[in-house]
Amino acid sequence: MPEPLLDIRGLCKRFGGLRATDDVSLTLFPGEIHAVIGPNGAGKTTLIAQIAGELAPDSGQVLLDGAEITRLSSAARAARGLVRSFQITSVFPDFSALDNVALAVQAHAGHSFRFWRPAARDPALREPARARLAEMGLAARADVPAGALSHGERRTLELAMALAAAPRALLLDEPLAGMGPEESAQMIRLLAGLKGRFGVLLVEHDMDAVFALADRVSVLEYGRVIAAGTPEEVRRDPLARAAYLGEDEAA
Amino acid sequence: MTVLRRAAVPATLLALALVPLAGQEFALDLFTRIMIFGLAALSLDFILGYGGMVSFGHAAYLGIGSYAVGISVALGLTDGFAHLALAAGGSGLAALVIGFVALRTRGTTFIMLTLAFAQMIYFLCESLNQFGGDNGLNIPTHSDFGRWLPLDDPRVLYYVTFAALAVFLLLGRRVVRSRFGLVIRAAKSNERRMAALGFPVFHYQLAAFVIAGTVCGVAGMLLANQTEFLAPAIMHWTRSGEIMMMVILGGRGTLVGPVVGAAIYLLLEQVLSGWTEHWQAVLGPILVAVVLLSRPRTRRALAQRLRRRRIAPAHA
Repeated sequence: MPEPLLDIRGLCKRFGGLRATDDVSLTLFPGEIHAVIGPNGAGKTTLIAQIAGELAPDSGQVLLDGAEITRLSSAARAARGLVRSFQITSVFPDFSALDNVALAVQAHAGHSFRFWRPAARDPALREPARARLAEMGLAARADVPAGALSHGERRTLELAMALAAAPRALLLDEPLAGMGPEESAQMIRLLAGLKGRFGVLLVEHDMDAVFALADRVSVLEYGRVIAAGTPEEVRRDPLARAAYLGEDEAA
Repeated sequence: MTVLRRAAVPATLLALALVPLAGQEFALDLFTRIMIFGLAALSLDFILGYGGMVSFGHAAYLGIGSYAVGISVALGLTDGFAHLALAAGGSGLAALVIGFVALRTRGTTFIMLTLAFAQMIYFLCESLNQFGGDNGLNIPTHSDFGRWLPLDDPRVLYYVTFAALAVFLLLGRRVVRSRFGLVIRAAKSNERRMAALGFPVFHYQLAAFVIAGTVCGVAGMLLANQTEFLAPAIMHWTRSGEIMMMVILGGRGTLVGPVVGAAIYLLLEQVLSGWTEHWQAVLGPILVAVVLLSRPRTRRALAQRLRRRRIAPAHA
C-alpha cells in the first residue's frame, strides 16, 4: 500500500455540547477520489474546514505527505498543495473569469511582492490560466466578469481556480450543489477527469455522482464515520443505509 | 465614463500645473495645500479604496511627517534629505506597528484601533512641551534641498509638491495593477478565498499599510514646509475624518479621485467659510448628499421616483 497523501487521525471538534466532529480518521491516497457523504448536519463542512485549516480542531492530527500540518494556516496548507473549493461559490465577482484563474496561478508563482509589471499582461499568469479555462470548457467566457456567469459556470470556475492553484490534494465541498441535470453531468465528467491526477476528497450530496466517481466512500453521521469502504460495500452496509441511503430510496 | 476615467489623470495634472500661471500668491498657497492633502488622500485610498482597510487614523502619518521636520529644525537639523528620510521612515515605522496590531482585526474593531493609535500619537505630540505642546511651534526654516530648490519660494514649493503628487499618482496607478495590487484588491473582495488559494494575506496588507503611511508621511513633511508651523491639531481625529471625506468625495478606488476630492473639500471650505462661520453646517449636508448619490442604489431609486412623478400627471 502506498503512503497516504492525506492522513486524518482522530479529529475532534465540539461546539458547546455538540460533537460536530467525533474522532474522525480518514486517508486519501494519490490519484483516488474518496467521497464523504452524510445527511445534512452530519458535520461534513466542519470536517472540510478543519482539514483546510480554517477551523482548529480540539484534538487530532492532519498529515499531508506524512508531515503534520494541523497547526498550519489555510494559506500555508494551500501553498503546500492542499487546496479546497467552496460549497457556496467563492469567486471574485468583479474580476473576469480569466482574472480569477490567473490569481490562482499567481498564488503559486512565487511571492507577490512585485509592484511594477501589470499582472493582467503577464503571460506567466495569463497563459496557464487560459489553458485551465479551456480544459474546463470555459474558454469562451474568459473575459466575462465572474459575477455575471451562470451558476453552473461559476461552479466550474471554482473548480478551475482550485486546479490552477497547483494542488496535490483537492478538497471539493459539494461541487454539484445547485446544478441542473445537464450541468451536473458535465461536472461529473470533469471530476472523473481528475482521477489519477490528484487525490480528491469529495464531499457530495448527489449519490449518483458519488457512486459514479468515488473509489472509496465514508459515511458521516453526527460527526462520526459510521461506515467506510468501496461504493459497493457502503451500499450494502446496514448502518449506512439506515442513516442515509435508506432515506434516499424511501423518498 | 471611460472617457472621463482616461482623461482624469492628465486633466487633473494639467490643471494643477497651470495654477501658478494665475500668478496669485493666494491661489498658489491654497493649491499647494490641496495637493498636499490630495497626496494624503491618495495614500489613504490605496489601502481604503483598493484594500478595504478603513483606517481612521491616517492624519497621524501626516502629523509624524510634519513633526519630523519641526523637531529636526528645532534641534538644528535643516537638511532636506534628512527630513525626507525621517518623515518617510518615521511614518512608515508607525504604520508598521499600527498595522501589525490593527490588521489582526476587521470591521469596526480595525477602525477603532487605528483611531486609538492615532489619538495616542496625537496626545504624545501634544505633551511635547519643548516642541510647542498644545500651542504649536513656528518652524523658522524650510527643509534645505540646496540652492536649486529653495522651498521658501512658494512657487518652488508648489512645483515640488506637484512633482511629488504626480510621481506618487503615476506610481500608484502602476502598483494597483501589479501582482501586489491584485492581491490587495482581491483580498478586499474575498479574503477567505485568498487564504484558500495560498496567499498569506496579512503580509500583503501590512506592506500596503506601510506604503500608505510612508507616502502620507511625505505629505506631512510638505505640509510642515508650507504652514511653517507645527501643531498637534494636524493629526486630530477630525483631520483623519476629513482625509477620508476627500477620498469618498472624489471616488475611492481611483487614486486620482481623492486628489479631486481634496480640491473640492478645501475649495468648499474656503468659499463657505467666507460666507459664514458655521460653514461646516453647510458642508455637512453637501457631503451627505454626495455620499448617498454615489451609491448606485440611491441613484436608481431616485430616478424611479422622478419617472413616476413624470408619468403620474398623464394618467390624471
